[in-house]
Amino acid sequence: MVFNIIVLAKQVPDTRNVGKDAMKADGTVNRAALPAIFNPEDLNALEQALQIKDRYPGSKITVLTMGPGRAAEILREGLFRGADDGVLLTDRAFAGADTLATSYALSMAVRKLADYDLIISGRQAIDGDTAQVGPQIAEKLGIPQITYAEAIEDVTQGHIRVKRRLEHGVEVVKCPLPAVITVNSSAAACRPRNAKLLQKYKHAKTITERQVEHIDYIDIYSSRPYLNLTEWSVADVDADPQQCGLSGSPTKVKKIENVVFQAKESKQLSGSDAEIDELMRELIANHTIG
Amino acid sequence: MNNIFVYLEIEEGRVAEVSQELLTKGRSLATQLNCRLEAIAAAAQTESIAEQVFPYGVDRLHIFSDDRLSPYTTLPHTSILVELFKQEQPQICLMGATIIGRDLGPRVSSALGSGLTADCTSLEIGDHEEKKAGKVYENLLYQIRPAFGGNIVAWIINPDHRPQMATVREGVMKKEILDTHYKGEVVEHQVADFVSEEDFVVAIIDRHVEKSKVNIKNAPIIVSGGYGVGSKENFDLLYQLADVLGAEVGASRAAVDAGFAGHERQIGQTGVTVRPKLYIACGISGQIQHIAGMQESSLIISINNDPNAPINTIADYVITGDIETVIPRMIKYYRKNTK
Repeated sequence: MVFNIIVLAKQVPDTRNVGKDAMKADGTVNRAALPAIFNPEDLNALEQALQIKDRYPGSKITVLTMGPGRAAEILREGLFRGADDGVLLTDRAFAGADTLATSYALSMAVRKLADYDLIISGRQAIDGDTAQVGPQIAEKLGIPQITYAEAIEDVTQGHIRVKRRLEHGVEVVKCPLPAVITVNSSAAACRPRNAKLLQKYKHAKTITERQVEHIDYIDIYSSRPYLNLTEWSVADVDADPQQCGLSGSPTKVKKIENVVFQAKESKQLSGSDAEIDELMRELIANHTIG
Repeated sequence: MNNIFVYLEIEEGRVAEVSQELLTKGRSLATQLNCRLEAIAAAAQTESIAEQVFPYGVDRLHIFSDDRLSPYTTLPHTSILVELFKQEQPQICLMGATIIGRDLGPRVSSALGSGLTADCTSLEIGDHEEKKAGKVYENLLYQIRPAFGGNIVAWIINPDHRPQMATVREGVMKKEILDTHYKGEVVEHQVADFVSEEDFVVAIIDRHVEKSKVNIKNAPIIVSGGYGVGSKENFDLLYQLADVLGAEVGASRAAVDAGFAGHERQIGQTGVTVRPKLYIACGISGQIQHIAGMQESSLIISINNDPNAPINTIADYVITGDIETVIPRMIKYYRKNTK
């Protein structure tokens, strides 16, 4: 038994470690100051796919991402960890997409890939935290979805069994294939890069990268076809440009505000025993505690 | 037509807290827009839903009663909402930003081609002018939410597509009974008219609901830790202090991401919003997304060895020091001076 698995991944700015220079004076985000990373829960998703491949050798994992040219970095990251192929969906027409336009574009790329049993992605991306794209892709493809997955327990011909992590407990569901699964950070962490695969795929590039970096002089891309990362535009996936990017997005950003909190007059304490004792005495006396 | 709809989450015949909060918000928006508030109950047990929700000012309750609708699965609930919305053409739909709402909302929005804004922290009504097109939109729903890891706040609108859909986390809105004698209309729908057999392809084969052991939302005192706590072991100090004070332990997103504490303890815009009478922030730097989830605490104490930690600006007391020395001292004093 082998499975064709598509892993949806996104390159995101690392919003978890926002330094002082991450925000510009006007309150907008200084993207350049934030490192671009593989969205953390998409790595959990990749691990679930790799575990299926471990169990069923010969299964194929394709990492699909949408983004600017440099998002090809995460395709290579996926290959270094055990994926078999990478597809970058990139086009100026995709810019400004909300979740609905994003899911439309990705669903068209999935249709182009055609032969799939399973689509796995992270629950949500840390730059938006919406958790919407996975379910929207499932709807567009007309297949079921299992969100908040913690472990894919079993895959058989035609069915998948998944453990979900709910707010107050767990649920195990059985679902026919193909399906979209979105994976939580509570799932198994992704395995590290494999040294052999790093050697094998370090020159894997998209056609645009090869042109920009002028590395076409080596003919490794014809002798080793696995180094060619697929790059698709709106036209390549037969998408309707009207449904992509800004024009395909029902939601619009009216404005962005910097967050300013009302500062208080704080009482400063040094942390000495005497000052802590005095604070505790006060809190007990005014019945805040005790 | 063009009313406000709230999707009710129902567990064992009870309407979830978050849905009650949304009914209160929906009621005030409906009054402002001069339209009706409608609610949708799709579950196995629906007998007492009407009496549970009418006091919040629901004008019309849509009931879909079928054993197979509980526990929740995606597809039948999606079919119900999509078909009902095609008939009723709501202008606004609100859902909890819960596991159910965040599973159902996007699926429905995709089927209807309407926009959806996740995890809103505020909802307001206002106008919008599209200057280029010379077009003015009146009475849009401003869907206000943190973006970019909570570092900015975005005002999202949905000018041309209906319904305007938004999810809101539990605890963000406040529930309030409008009138205990308020009576609306009940509409009983035939589930078979909305749901097909194929919608039941996903089967729940095991489910254990564990009542949450952690109840930070309603805790009067919270001892909360951030990345600065340093380790899971150091978090034990927080549990010890919480234990003597009768408090709950909370955590910032950074501490949860680092594995110091579980997700159920996360406070902030992507966690739980809390309003305790005392909030003790230990080693929390105070990212915007955290502060937004606890700034309404009555009294805030910050313990941090960085005197310039952003959280200090909103704290009532700032203790500059290490939690390893400050917390044991607090515990010692408290034990000695209380019975």
